[in-house]
This record gives sequence, structure tokens and C-alpha cells, in this order.
Amino acid sequence: MSTIFTSSIGKKLMMSLAGFFLLAFLLVHLGINLLVIIYDDPMVYNKVAHFMGTNILVKIFEIVLMGGILLHIIYALILQIQNWIARPKRYSKANYSNTSFFSKFMIHTAIITLVFLAIHFADFYFKAKFGHTETLVVDGVLYHDLATEIVDKFKMLPFVVFYIAAFIFLGFHLVHGFQSAFKTYGLDNSRFTPVIQALAIVYSVVIVGGNTMIPLMIYFS
Amino acid sequence: MDLKLKIWRQKDSQSRGKFVNYKLNDVSPDSSFLEMLDVLNEELVERNEEPIVFDHDCREGICGACGMVINGRPHGPDSLITVCQLHMRKFKHGDTIVIEPWRARAFPLIKDLMVDRYAFDKLIQESGFVSVNTGSAPEANSIPVKKHYADLAMDAAACIGCGACVAACKNASAMLFVGAKVSHLTLLPQGKIEAKERVLQMVAKMDELGFGNCTNTGACEAECPKGITLTNIARLNREYYYAKV
Ligand code: HEM
Ligand code: SF4
Ligand code: FES
Repeated sequence: MSTIFTSSIGKKLMMSLAGFFLLAFLLVHLGINLLVIIYDDPMVYNKVAHFMGTNILVKIFEIVLMGGILLHIIYALILQIQNWIARPKRYSKANYSNTSFFSKFMIHTAIITLVFLAIHFADFYFKAKFGHTETLVVDGVLYHDLATEIVDKFKMLPFVVFYIAAFIFLGFHLVHGFQSAFKTYGLDNSRFTPVIQALAIVYSVVIVGGNTMIPLMIYFS
Repeated sequence: MDLKLKIWRQKDSQSRGKFVNYKLNDVSPDSSFLEMLDVLNEELVERNEEPIVFDHDCREGICGACGMVINGRPHGPDSLITVCQLHMRKFKHGDTIVIEPWRARAFPLIKDLMVDRYAFDKLIQESGFVSVNTGSAPEANSIPVKKHYADLAMDAAACIGCGACVAACKNASAMLFVGAKVSHLTLLPQGKIEAKERVLQMVAKMDELGFGNCTNTGACEAECPKGITLTNIARLNREYYYAKV
């Protein structure tokens, strides 16, 4: 049983399960953030954020999520390093024949995403948890005014550009990641795979589109 | 046609190799790629230089001995053929052709374009077979095989062990080869009996030999001369999980 965590296929499975969990999370995350642009009243978002920040189940989920991110990154890095070692001498001419194009740049899109994640956590997550934000009292309950915080951030052009660029690179990661995960689970045949590949594109467009819409609409409003 | 060739030369596994440029004139478009190299080697011998070492045997695309990376593609620019089946009409007068050996830690270089693919033999020795009692062969019709599985097994059995999949893969992974071997044995009733041990042993050996990890990129499938598909890798994954539970 133990080699399921250490063999090549086992490590790939772990990375893939964690990655797929992150795919699901990104949808939820986008859904909640869309509230900022859907509703003019910042309290809608603030109330959801307040619920997310205080509910015990959400707190447990947060730990699971952090675990998922770490698991994905650690396994991915181990696999990637082994893959570099497996080809000590590179070819002088790169081969770009008929392959899943973005799969060749997974580590590069991943590192950009990692940098983005670090900045993103510093910006929103830690700030909401430990930093200073404006507070509002509604019906006797204290809320952090995160919606206004987000709107203020996205009024700054460099921030908008960086955010959108990061999501485009994440999108490249997701296009391959989404469909690759199914192959890793052993699900691949001539009828099923084209559907998955189409879904991978739809999913990535939704994630990138939705997440670029938020800063754009705020910036131009 | 006249060609410029940029060929990897390396004296032995220990020395540092380098690309050496050659000019070859009046190459017949009807000659095969290996014949073109034969002509170059004759010229080299006449000039008292070391001929270029490369693997080859059947020269009819079935043994899996030949193999080199030509302009960045294992077995060259054509699809579904080995390099011995590649013809010079695929190139134009004045072309520069870059020729490199398979590059993978698990396939150490022997000399020039020849690499040691013993790692594949070790994989087969490990578990790529069906244990049978010697004695008379059983009556073929007494073991029914569904057409669908027979076809899939035959497709997987087409693998000639050339190593182009490892050479093409950005991770030097052997998953296509191992996937083909596991598939062609496991899909048939004779191979089913040892399916679990086989897949566990072959994957363990594959990791031990220093091949990389699959990232479902598909370069192997694109370059395989025998059209082995990625679905064999998915089947290998399935068989592996199945053996684990
Ligand atoms: C929310 C963000 C992320 C999501 C949703 C995600 C999702 C995925 C998925 C689904 C896969 C494919 C798994 C498979 O092939 O079976 C994958 C692969 C990978 N991920 Fe991520 N990932 C994210 C962030 C990251 C980060 C921050 C890193 C940091 C190092 C990373 C590194 C990798 C690498 C190296 C691969 C391997 C690619 C390959 O198979 O070639 N990912 N990711
Ligand atoms: S799977 Fe294809 S490329 Fe790989 S060794 Fe077999 S025939 Fe060669
Ligand atoms: S020499 Fe046998 S396949 Fe090319």
C-alpha cells in the first residue's frame, strides 16, 4: 500500500487529486467574489465574508484547502525535479510536435501562480485575518469592510494588470491540468477525452473570464 | 540534393560530445535516411576518419533497433515510421539536418548516436511476460478472447521497444512503453492471472531505472512509430490502482 505515496504513478495521483480539489475550490471562490460586482451594496459580500471568516465548517475547510495547496505544490515539485534529472542532457532542438502545448509549461505557469498566491494571501487573506481593515457595525454585528477594500484595490491600474496577467497564466495551467487529471485517474478513451478537453477549455475560460471581469468592471465603474 | 549535416559525435560514454558539421552532396531523394548515413560513413572511412556509429538491424521498420532524433523529432519528420523507413525525399536541397541521439538518463550513451537501451530489457525481464508450463501448446480455441480485447491487445503488442517515446517525452518517461507491455499482456486471459504482480513490479522497476514521471503531454504518442496511444498509459494507471486496492 505504501508505494501509492512514493511510486511515480502514486505521486502523480496525489498531486492530481489535490489539483482537482483546487479546481473545485476556484469555482466556489469565483462565485463568492462575483458578489462584489453583482450587488451594489457592499454588505452582501461583507456578510458572506463574515460567515466565511467565522463559521467553524469553513474554518476546517480552510485548513483542508491549505493542505491541498501544499500537497499539490510539494508533490508537483518532487515530480518536476525528478523529471529534470531524468534528462540530464537536453536536445539542441526542442520538439513541439503534436502534443498538449500547455503541458510543456506547467512548472512555469505554476511558479507565476505561486508568486501570485503569495501576494494574494498577503493582500487579502492575512489582511482580513490579522491586518487592519475598515469596520462597519450593522445590526450590532461588527463587519470588516472587505468589499470596499477590494474596490479600492482594483481602482489601481498596476494591481488590475498584475491580477489579470496572473489569471491568464493560471488559465494556461488549468487547460492542461483539468484534462490531464482525468488521464492520471486512468480515464481516457477516444469518445470521452474530446469531451473532457472541451470541458477543460470551458472551465478555464470561465475561471479566467470571471476573475478578470471583477477587476475590469470595478476599474471602469 | 546537397545537405548540411550537424551530427552529435561522442567518443564514449565518458567523454564530452559535440556537434560536428558535414557536407554531403548528390544525395538521392530515393535513398533512406540510414543509406544517406552509410554514404557519409563511406566518405569518412575514405578520409581516414571514424565513421558515425548508429544502431540498426532489420531496416524494414520492425526490429526497433534504429533511432535518432532528427531536427528535434525522434525518428524524424514523418509520422508512424522508424528512421530506417524515413526517406530523403522528405528533405530539400540545401537543408541543414540536426541529428542527435536519444537523450535520457536511463539510456546512457555508448558512442555517437548509439545509446544503451538495456533498461527496456530489464523492464521485460522484471515482469513483462506470462509464466507458462513448458509442454504442448493449448488448443487455441479453448481460450475464448473477445474481439474487442484481442484488437486492443494486438495494437499494444505492436510496440517494437525502440525507445522513441522516452526520447520524445520532456520527462524521459517510459510510461508509453510500459503501458503497451502491460496492456498487451493484461488484456488477454493468459496474462490476466499475473496482472497485479506484473504492473506493480514493472512500475517499481521503471522508477528504479531512472525514467521520469508522465505528465500526459502526448509527445510519446505523437512520435511512436507504431501508433501506440495514450490510452495505454491510462490503462496502466488503472491497472496500477486496481492492483493497489
Ligand atoms: C489554484 C491553483 C492551482 C490549481 C487549480 C492547479 C491544478 C492542477 C491540476 C489539475 C494539475 C494536473 C494534475 C494531473 O496532471 O494529473 C496540475 C499540475 C501541476 N501543478 Fe498545479 N494547480 C494550481 C497551482 C499550482 C501551484 C501554485 C504550483 C506550484 C508549484 C503548481 C504546480 C503544478 C505542477 C508542476 C504540475 C504538473 C504538471 C504536469 O503534469 O506536467 N500548481 N495543477
Ligand atoms: S511505445 Fe512506440 S515509441 Fe515507445 S518503444 Fe514502443 S514502439 Fe517505440
Ligand atoms: S532497423 Fe529495425 S526498425 Fe529500423
